[in-house]
Amino acid sequence: MEFRHKDLLGLEELTAEEIEYILDQAEGFREISERPIKKVPTLRGKTVVLFFYEPSTRTRTSFDVAAKRLSADTFSLAGSTSSIVKGETLADTARNLEAMKPDAIILRHSSSGAPHLLAGLVRSSVINAGDGTHEHPTQGLLDMLTMRQIKGRLEGLKVAIIGDIAHSRVARSNMIGLGKMGAEVRVSGPPTMLPIGLEEAYEARVFLRPEEAIEGADVVMMLRVQMERAKAPLFPGLREYSRLYGLNAKRLNLAAPDAIVMHPGPMNRGVEISPEVADGPRSVILDQVTNGVAVRMALLYILIGGEREA
Amino acid sequence: MRVLIQGGRVVDPSRNLDDRLEVLIENGRVLDLVPPGGEGDFGQGAEIIRAEGLVVTPGLIDMHVHLREPGHEYKETITSGAAAAAAGGFTGVVAMPNTQPVNDNRSVTDFILAQAEKAGLARVYPVSAMTMGLAGEALCEYGEQAEAGAVAVSDDGNPVSDGQIFRRVLEYLKAFGLPALCHSEDLRLSAHGVMNEGRVSCRLGLAGIPAAAEQGGVFRDVMLAELTGARVHLCHISTAGSVEIVRRAKARGIDVTAETAPHYFTLTEEAVVGYRTEAKMNPPLRTQADLEAVRQGLSDGTLDAVATDHAPHSVLEKEIEFDQAAFGVVGLETALPLTLALVRDKVLTLSQAIAALSTHPARILNLPGGTLAPGSVADVTLIDLDRKWTVEADKFRSLSRNTPFEGWKVQGRAAMTLLAGRPVAL
Repeated sequence: MEFRHKDLLGLEELTAEEIEYILDQAEGFREISERPIKKVPTLRGKTVVLFFYEPSTRTRTSFDVAAKRLSADTFSLAGSTSSIVKGETLADTARNLEAMKPDAIILRHSSSGAPHLLAGLVRSSVINAGDGTHEHPTQGLLDMLTMRQIKGRLEGLKVAIIGDIAHSRVARSNMIGLGKMGAEVRVSGPPTMLPIGLEEAYEARVFLRPEEAIEGADVVMMLRVQMERAKAPLFPGLREYSRLYGLNAKRLNLAAPDAIVMHPGPMNRGVEISPEVADGPRSVILDQVTNGVAVRMALLYILIGGEREA
Repeated sequence: MRVLIQGGRVVDPSRNLDDRLEVLIENGRVLDLVPPGGEGDFGQGAEIIRAEGLVVTPGLIDMHVHLREPGHEYKETITSGAAAAAAGGFTGVVAMPNTQPVNDNRSVTDFILAQAEKAGLARVYPVSAMTMGLAGEALCEYGEQAEAGAVAVSDDGNPVSDGQIFRRVLEYLKAFGLPALCHSEDLRLSAHGVMNEGRVSCRLGLAGIPAAAEQGGVFRDVMLAELTGARVHLCHISTAGSVEIVRRAKARGIDVTAETAPHYFTLTEEAVVGYRTEAKMNPPLRTQADLEAVRQGLSDGTLDAVATDHAPHSVLEKEIEFDQAAFGVVGLETALPLTLALVRDKVLTLSQAIAALSTHPARILNLPGGTLAPGSVADVTLIDLDRKWTVEADKFRSLSRNTPFEGWKVQGRAAMTLLAGRPVAL
C-alpha cells in the first residue's frame, strides 16, 4: 500500500489499513535487532533529529537505536542544551532546524499539538514522540504490535487501561488505535482522572471500579501515576491509589486466564503495579520495549526511506 | 455645515423606524428625518451623501474592545483600532482598561481620549479599571475617572474573585451611575484550561474550561447585582446556562444587561481542531447547543448587545503552542456581516441586529448616539446589506490578524461611517 503521510502526528490521522501496514512492516524490522550485526544500510545518508523539549530517556533512546540500526545519522537536541532556554519560539527553532535539512524530526513536547505546529512549518517528516496530554502514537503502535504478536489479533480483544486517563497520551493513542482496529477498550481510574467527554470522544467504555474493567480482559494496561502532572489534587495519596487501583495478583485474577500485563514505563513499582505482577509470567513489559525499536524503525523507513527496499 | 443623506432606508431601532427617509444633519447633529423629496430648501448648500441601496443606521458601537495602547502598540494602537472600527462600521468603541499601564487613574483616561481625538476616526470611550492594577484588591477613583470620561468600570479578564471586595466595588460605583462590565468567571475552576471542556478538549488533550466556570461567575455577579442594586453588565456570554441565568435574573427584575460576541453565535469548539490558536479565546468557543442558546438569547432580548471583545495579538502570541498562545481574536472588521447573517437566518430582524450593535450599547453605557432622533449626535453608519466579500486579514485596518474567519465568504459591509456628520476618511 501507499503511505501518503509526510508526518506521524497521531493515530487519529491514520486509517486501520495504515496502522496494519505499519505493524506488518515492524514485524519485519524486529528481526534485524536479533542479528549479531544489528545494522542495515537502509537510511544511510539520512539525518534524524531527536528534538526533546521534555526529558525522556527511553523514548529518545528507542528512536536513537532505531535510526542507528538503519544507518541514519542522529542528533539530539534537548531542552537544556538548545535555544529553548534562551526564549526562542518553537517556530523559530523549527525553521533553524529545517535550514540544516534533516529528513525527520522526532519531537517530544509538553504542549498538546506542538508537533502539528512544527509539521506545518517544516518540510521534514515530523514524528510525534509524545505531545502534552494528547498522543504518543509510536507507543500506541508498539503496544498494538505487542498485543498482536502475543494474542494473534487486535479485533475483538478486550483491553483494560487503568490509571490517569485524563493526563495520559499513551491512553489516548491506545484508545484511538485500538478503537480503529476493532478492539474493545475499557478504561478505569479515579473519577478525577477520567476526562469529561471521554465516552463521546472515543469508543471506550468507562468503569468507575477497576475490577469491572479488568474482568475477562485479554490485556491489562497500567498507566504510570504522574504526580508531577497533577495540577490539582486528583487523589488523596499513593497509599489509597495503590490499594484501590493498583494491579496486584488478586485483581489480575479477574482477567482472562491468559491475559497479558502491559505498562508504558517507567513503572512506579508498588504503586500502580505490584512487583510480583510486573515481574510475573504475564508481564510483557520488556517485549514492549523491544517492539518499540521495531515500530520506530518501520516508521522511519516508511516516512523517509524513499523507495521500498527492505 | 449641512449634510443630507439621500435615498437610503433608515433603520433606527431607538424609534422603531424602518422607512425610506432622508437624514438632515446640521453642525454635527441630526436635524430631522424627512420623506424623500421633502427636505425643502435644506439641500441648498448641503453636502449630499447618496445612499441608494444602503441602510442608514445610528453609528454602530462596540462596547467591548481592547486597543492595546498604551503598552502594546505592536498589537494595536488607538489610531489603528479606531480605523478598524470605522472600517467595520463602528463609530464608537469602548476600550477595556487592561493596557500597560492599566487604566486605573485619570492620566491614562486622559491619554486615551487625547489619542482618540488625534486619530479622529471613531469615538473611543475609556473604561476604568475596577481595582488598582486589575489586582482585585484596592478600588480605583471612579469619581475622577468618570469626570475624565470613563464610561464604565471593569477588571475584564481578571474578575475580582473576592466576593466582599466585589460587593464593595458595586456599592461604591452606585454613586457615579457607571455600570460594572463583568467578565464573569470562576478563575480557580477554569484553572489552566485553554478551550471548552468536553469531547473536543478530551480528544485534543487540551485542558478544558467547563461551562460551569462561566456560569458560576455569572450567577455570583447576578446575585451581587441584586444585593447591591448596582448596574451590572455581563460580558461575552457564551454558554446556554449563562443565557438561562440572565433570562431568569431579568425576569426577577434584577438590573442586569448582557452581551455576546459574534464568534459565540457563529463558531463552536470544533474550530479549535488542528490546534488553531486563532480560535482560542476566553470564554472559549462552546458547543452547538450553546451557540443555539446564544442565538435564542439575542432573539428574545435576554442578550442586549453584540460586542466583539476585539483582542488583537501578533504572531508572537499566536504562532506558538496552543496552550501557550494568548486568548483573544480580533472582531471589529467582521462583526457586522456575522451579525447580519443572523438576520438572513431569521434569528433577528434587521432592527434587532442594529439595536444590539448600536442602540442598546448606547443605552447601557449612557453614550451619545445609538439613535437618529433629531437633536442627537450625527454618528451614522451606511450599510450595504448585499455586498458579498471575502475576509482577508491582510487587508484589516487593525494591526493584528488573529481572526478565525480568514477566507470566509460573508455578506454585508459598512459602506461609510459618519462621525458628527462628517464622513470618516479611511
